[in-house]
Amino acid sequence: MKKSVILGALTVAGLAAGAAGAATLDDVKARGKLNCGVTTGLVGFAAPDANGEWDGFDVGVCRAVAAAVLGDPAAVEFVPTTGKTRFTALASGEIDMLARNTTWTFSRDTDLKFDFVGVNYYDGQGFMVPKALGVSSAKELDGATVCIQTGTTTELNLADFFRSNNMEYTPVPIETNAEAQQQYLAGACDVYTTDASGLAATRAAFEAPGDHVVLPEIVSKEPLGPLVRHGDNDWGDIVRWTLNALIAAEELGVTSANIEELSAGTENPEVNRLLGTEGNLGEMIGLDAGWGKAAIAAGGNYGELFEKNIGENTPIALSRGLNAQWTDGGLLYAPPFR
Amino acid sequence: MTTLSDPPRESFRLSMLLNDTRYRSYTFQFIALLCVIALFSFLGYNLVKNLQAAGLNISYKFLGETSNYDINQTLIDYSSQSTHWRAAVVGVLNTLLVAFLACVTATIIGVVAGVLRLSKNWLISKLMAVYVEAFRNVPVLIWIIIIFTVMTAVLPQPRDFRGENATASMWFDAVAFTNRGVYIPKPVLESGGMAVVIVFLLSIVGVFAYRRYATKLLYATGKMLPTGWPTLAILFVPALLTYFVLGKPISLEMPVLAGFNFKGGINILGSLIALWFALAIYTGAFIAENVRAGIQAVSRGQTEAAASLGLRPGRIMNLVILPQALRVIIPPLISNYLNITKNSSLAIAVGYMDITGTLGGITLNQTGRAIEAILLLMAFYLAISLAISFIMNIYNSKMKLKER
Repeated sequence: MKKSVILGALTVAGLAAGAAGAATLDDVKARGKLNCGVTTGLVGFAAPDANGEWDGFDVGVCRAVAAAVLGDPAAVEFVPTTGKTRFTALASGEIDMLARNTTWTFSRDTDLKFDFVGVNYYDGQGFMVPKALGVSSAKELDGATVCIQTGTTTELNLADFFRSNNMEYTPVPIETNAEAQQQYLAGACDVYTTDASGLAATRAAFEAPGDHVVLPEIVSKEPLGPLVRHGDNDWGDIVRWTLNALIAAEELGVTSANIEELSAGTENPEVNRLLGTEGNLGEMIGLDAGWGKAAIAAGGNYGELFEKNIGENTPIALSRGLNAQWTDGGLLYAPPFR
Repeated sequence: MTTLSDPPRESFRLSMLLNDTRYRSYTFQFIALLCVIALFSFLGYNLVKNLQAAGLNISYKFLGETSNYDINQTLIDYSSQSTHWRAAVVGVLNTLLVAFLACVTATIIGVVAGVLRLSKNWLISKLMAVYVEAFRNVPVLIWIIIIFTVMTAVLPQPRDFRGENATASMWFDAVAFTNRGVYIPKPVLESGGMAVVIVFLLSIVGVFAYRRYATKLLYATGKMLPTGWPTLAILFVPALLTYFVLGKPISLEMPVLAGFNFKGGINILGSLIALWFALAIYTGAFIAENVRAGIQAVSRGQTEAAASLGLRPGRIMNLVILPQALRVIIPPLISNYLNITKNSSLAIAVGYMDITGTLGGITLNQTGRAIEAILLLMAFYLAISLAISFIMNIYNSKMKLKER
């Protein structure tokens, strides 16, 4: 019996051994594939389509990084992770980066030894209820039964929100979004709470989305972004600047439609530097000169990814809101490429 | 007659460690032990080294920090302001609760099914065979999910109980079956209520005393006292008398539909019920086979001998077969109890917050202390399993064949 304790420690030790040291960039290049952690399935953000191909907003970030590093947006191995398994998967080296609508928090960035490389979606926690309940505000939810994905920041926000409003509730902890959907629709809980974008995506998958409302209260700040392991700064830089390239491309008007034309050379030196026709930015992060071009060509710039996967013309119908460029009153602000 | 002289004593030489069969086995065992120690110290060293390289360290300080999350079933006081340690204790109690309920239920189901499988009635024995084969050949996780899904899909929601044309109604206005669980009335002790409880507990002792006396009388004089109705009388009459004499000091708090859910009464969560029954019927199938094996291990001559003494079949089973069969049944029963306890860690599948759900789930996730939490979890399951084996082994040694 005592042996099993130590054997467990051995497994953990083995995992940690894989994680420490080695440069992630070399590993990815040697493997020829990027291991990217995503959700187990959240339509619009990361879910396999009818052909079994992964598709979505977070998936787009993975593909852009793969294109920048390996030159091939299809060279990605998608690893589905739950709220509980995601951090272990990243810390152990099973995945190279995690793009799984994960909230950037102090303790995750410091104590858990991860590095958040930026924010690809500014979100906040909301509540969804069936219209039939006649609830119009989250303050009316006293005594409700609440479905919640376990191992998330929403779990903590929920406890805080109900405590600060002196209300009671019964949590129903659930492992994945799909299970939550099933429980909520069966009426095993009155309310489903998660990030507002996730609620919109889940509601879009319902048979009758109109029978459910997302309550107006947003009870928390949820900056969602990709993250990597702490300690490998070179790799962190690559993922950070790939994300920034997508955001800057939108600001600079570089789209998947005009990228070939622009990469022949333009009047704008920043566009030239981004697309690698001027300067040596690629060399500085250990990639080809055309890394930025490849990343943007993989799925389009930030705006294109947004519109295609979760924008107003999709069933999920999210407006840009906080996720507009700073020039349009949003929070997206990519540092200069120079 | 010659006297035997002792053979010359050889003094110990180092080569004897290998050449002498008396010492050889010790030598190899010692080498093996050294290898095992070396392997584990290497692994431990590796772990510590790698944790250091990653900037992490083993620390249990997080147990004293505020947990910040809520738990749906708490047997002790707990709020999101309690510590992670308290959350772990809540989880332990939830594990023990479901394990205890499932052990008791599985034993009852198993004994009944095992005895009935040997029934001479073709239909009953085949039905039990189908039960055993169907349940023990499908993984317990599937059963847990099936039962939970069926419960959530089939039972009405609390809001179906509302309004003029309610599609669901409570049983006797006291019990409500909903897809979130079962709501039952809760006894409330008022002043003097404790007296009734004490009288009832004393009655239970009384029943045992009466039965002992009846058995003693039977053995001593052959006179048989009735046991059926006196048992019931001893059990209920004094308690009921006290209850009415003291002016009904125990009342029931009925569950009432208020707001989103039923309020008041006791809420037995749907996840607890699903886990409890899945574990009970699954393990019950294994216990049924143990019971059948135990009964068949008792030689047929015993039954025939008892029958020739004129005992009725029920008495043959209770007085002759089962006491002997128990000796065969108990050892595998212990491992079935251990299985129930360990399988209860599948609770997270239905959102039941056992120790794996609190300490090994939310706490682990929110603090990121994976190694610490998993080690603690292992220590807990180890302690519980050893405790169960210990208790059951005492019972086993009491029941086993006494050779005089």
